[in-house]
Amino acid sequence: MAGGVFERIAARWGAEALEAATEHGLFALLLDPAQLAAVARSLKTEFGFDMLLDITAVDWPERAPRFDVVYHFYSTTDFVRVRLKTRVPLEAPSVDSLVALYNSARFQERECHEMYGIEFRGNGDLRPILLYEGFVGHPLRKDYPKHREQPLVPYLK
Amino acid sequence: MNSVPKHQREPSPLDYLTTKKDEFVGWARKFSLFPYPFVTACCAMEFMAVSSTPYDTDRFGAALPRFSPRQSDLLMVVGTINHKQAPVLRRVYEQMCEPKWVIAFGACATSGGFYQNYAALAGIDKIIPVDLYIPGCPPRPEMVIDGIMKLQDRIAHDRHPIFTEKF
Repeated sequence: MAGGVFERIAARWGAEALEAATEHGLFALLLDPAQLAAVARSLKTEFGFDMLLDITAVDWPERAPRFDVVYHFYSTTDFVRVRLKTRVPLEAPSVDSLVALYNSARFQERECHEMYGIEFRGNGDLRPILLYEGFVGHPLRKDYPKHREQPLVPYLK
Repeated sequence: MNSVPKHQREPSPLDYLTTKKDEFVGWARKFSLFPYPFVTACCAMEFMAVSSTPYDTDRFGAALPRFSPRQSDLLMVVGTINHKQAPVLRRVYEQMCEPKWVIAFGACATSGGFYQNYAALAGIDKIIPVDLYIPGCPPRPEMVIDGIMKLQDRIAHDRHPIFTEKF
């Protein structure tokens, strides 16, 4: 399966990653935030993962580095996916931007930024996409109150 | 060539009809609703079903959608409205000429439905006055027709002042 690309990635990065495993048919690497850009560059240039599918985050309110930032890559030559995960703390929730590698990262990082408050170093345009100007807070964080509303039009009596 | 012109003939029993102004204006208005479809979500499918031939809102004089708020008098809010859209909806409502009516079509427009979160407006009646609510997720065409008929009843029995404080 996958022409051995998972094995080749494991041989190249498996030792440096915090965790590496094949889960549900995709290869997942847990990385230190400092390694992320280098691994992504290697995936694109050495292993043919030419498509950035998704950037998102997971909030673990009880855990010490509170956020997972999750990336999914797809290879249009091997037709397989790779997931990169990294952990960032609440005090400094920042990772390196992948805009230089993938243009599609531009908007996905904007969305991740507005929903989770993750800072992407190197992405100069982190304006909200789905939210509106003036929205306070990050609604997909677990501590955002479920019923908090920030209406733009004053309510009728 | 010596025939009597029509307007000089003897009056027949139904040449004149007396009615009250409000009843007459209400009767005229209730059959000429021009809906503005403010359609944002999946209720749109049901709106299309009820508009087209099997159910056919044209039978009630409420079929021809106008895509300018200035030409319409019935605002049909079909689907979820979120806080980002709310200023647009408010502006569309303000641009419609009097007299105007608003239908909240479906659970989301009525109350937010199951979207009780940071993004969704929990009912359009928080920002514009609503005349009629049609529940359902989505409502069945029969319910929409029932709603339109109820609104027509209301228009027929309403006061229709020629001069108002706005005019």
